[in-house]
Amino acid sequence: MIAPILSSAAGSVAARSEAAPAVAVTRLDLSDFRCYRQARIDLDSRPVALAGPNGAGKTNLLEAVSFLAPGRGLRRARLTEVDRIGGGAWAMAATVQTAAGPIAIGTGRDPEGEGRERRLVRIDGAPQRGQAALAEVAGIVWLTPQMDRLFLESAGGRRRFVDRLVYGFDPEHAGRVAAYEHALRERGRLLRERSGDRGWFSALEEQIAGQGVAIVAARRELAAAIDRAAAEGVGPFPRPALAMEGTVDTWLDEGPALAAEERLRAMLAAGRRTDAETGSTAAGPHRSDLAVRHAGKDMPAAQCSTGEQKALLLAIVLADVRLQAAARGVPPILLLDEVAAHLDPDRRSHLYDEILALGVQAWLTGTDAELFAPLAGAAQHLRVADAIVTPR
Amino acid sequence: MAGGPEIERLVLLLAKLPGLGPRSARRVALFLLKRRAQVLEPLAAAMADAAAKVRPCSRCGNLDTVDPCQLCRDDRRDGAILCVVADVADLWAMERSGAFLGRYHVLGGVLSALDGVRPDDLAIGRLVDRVGAEGISEVVLALNATVDGQTTAHYVAERLEPTGVRVSRLAHGVPVGGELDYLDEGTLAAALKARR
Ligand SMILES: Nc1ncnc2c1ncn2[C@@H]1O[C@H](COP(=O)(O)OP(=O)(O)OP(=O)(O)O)[C@@H](O)[C@H]1O
Ligand SMILES: [Mg+2]
Ligand SMILES: [Zn+2]
Repeated sequence: MIAPILSSAAGSVAARSEAAPAVAVTRLDLSDFRCYRQARIDLDSRPVALAGPNGAGKTNLLEAVSFLAPGRGLRRARLTEVDRIGGGAWAMAATVQTAAGPIAIGTGRDPEGEGRERRLVRIDGAPQRGQAALAEVAGIVWLTPQMDRLFLESAGGRRRFVDRLVYGFDPEHAGRVAAYEHALRERGRLLRERSGDRGWFSALEEQIAGQGVAIVAARRELAAAIDRAAAEGVGPFPRPALAMEGTVDTWLDEGPALAAEERLRAMLAAGRRTDAETGSTAAGPHRSDLAVRHAGKDMPAAQCSTGEQKALLLAIVLADVRLQAAARGVPPILLLDEVAAHLDPDRRSHLYDEILALGVQAWLTGTDAELFAPLAGAAQHLRVADAIVTPR
Repeated sequence: MAGGPEIERLVLLLAKLPGLGPRSARRVALFLLKRRAQVLEPLAAAMADAAAKVRPCSRCGNLDTVDPCQLCRDDRRDGAILCVVADVADLWAMERSGAFLGRYHVLGGVLSALDGVRPDDLAIGRLVDRVGAEGISEVVLALNATVDGQTTAHYVAERLEPTGVRVSRLAHGVPVGGELDYLDEGTLAAALKARR
């Protein structure tokens, strides 16, 4: 279990584990994955620098690695979108080096899915029921250009971002979020039908309140832990200050979780009529937001420059990597798509130092191989062109 | 489709089975047709037999060839304790664990606004009646740890409140979304023992 460590991790973040072997992908076999018909890449545990022209297949490789974690991968794609155009159902096999030795992971779209999209997962050859077991093998953390607008766009994107960070420590969070959303949809349907039985409403609201407060508590714990880890030092990056904001979040500031559950339950019951009119549930964790500030300037992230926002985000992600390293004893795999090119040389070299100090297998992409020259022999340099990957 | 309307009808019917789509239904049909003597004919006979004889128990909802079912008739079982399950599959899971020695009540599903399953569609009224009529002292709610299962559990507990019967629930040591049918016997027995 990874969860309980979150609260106690901050103190030990600085103590870096040197002994444990890095969690790393040492082999990746792709079939009909995006632009790759068949590809095999053998790697060691060093960082991976991928250079090549636009459209070569760099991000697709990172997406493949992201499927070693539960969920929909770093593009949040539908499974059939990942199928190579003109090919069959995608599949991949990877060998992941872990503290417990190498683990074979197989995953792909179920070709027998019969219209329903389903991802199959095998670990060391054994078929898994669901994807949750993947979370135990390796943590995967990513930063992509699509996330650049995280602070500017809807709160939903920020909640998803936080939730994904929470999954890295507590895989059961995914189940809680799914249960919460399902119960909300059920209540929404009852509200629309305007015929719901009072007891049925209260049974659903009981669950919405229970799951909801647990979700809010987990998000708050994560935001606070990242905040503390970032405060310990972010090198040349601006320090991000994180806090979750929302009605239920405020209740948790004021009193114990049980009281917050009770208040949420009461609020839902009292709000049935207005919720039926507006067609949505007025209060709850689905209204919370992650507030990020540039601590040095004491300014909301959304008002910072584009480059500052990107640097804040990277600082959050690096703090998360340090936290996971402390919690699991080994760092996660880190996917940084097009990050290096957007950093000034000082920050770039700090990023490289940090990656090497943490012993994390970072996957970096860029169109210019020169960007990765400072990493020299500390990384493995690959060239990607027309969906062909070759060592440089 | 090649092979005539009989095969097509077989495929269409097989495709209605849980977990089978059109593609796997064709595969199953072919499997059956290739093994006429070993599988297809005995299966057809077994199905005809089941269709003729098996009925839901009018008391508990279990499936059996006699009504009331064997479980309802068995005097060695404790008639004062009722285990409420969503489905006969869950009843079977409880029986496999061998840990429950009372009687059952099958609801026939779980509440789901999205699937259109409403309280009236489930055997909840009949449960309340049984509690009064049969002198039940405890009702164990053995419903899945899914949202729908737990909503149903809350709902049933509330409906039973006026009867004053003691209501307990399986202590689910299973993650959210866990289904009874997938629990091994030992886990299920432990969950029953630790019911609250
Ligand atoms: N399902 C698919 N089947 C086949 N090709 C696909 C599929 N999805 C995407 N592609 C193609 O894969 C190619 C490589 O995409 P990818 O995003 O990996 O490029 P990249 O190397 O990251 O480029 P850039 O530097 O522009 O980000 C693109 O030409 C894209 O159109
Ligand atoms: Mg790209
Ligand atoms: Zn019966």
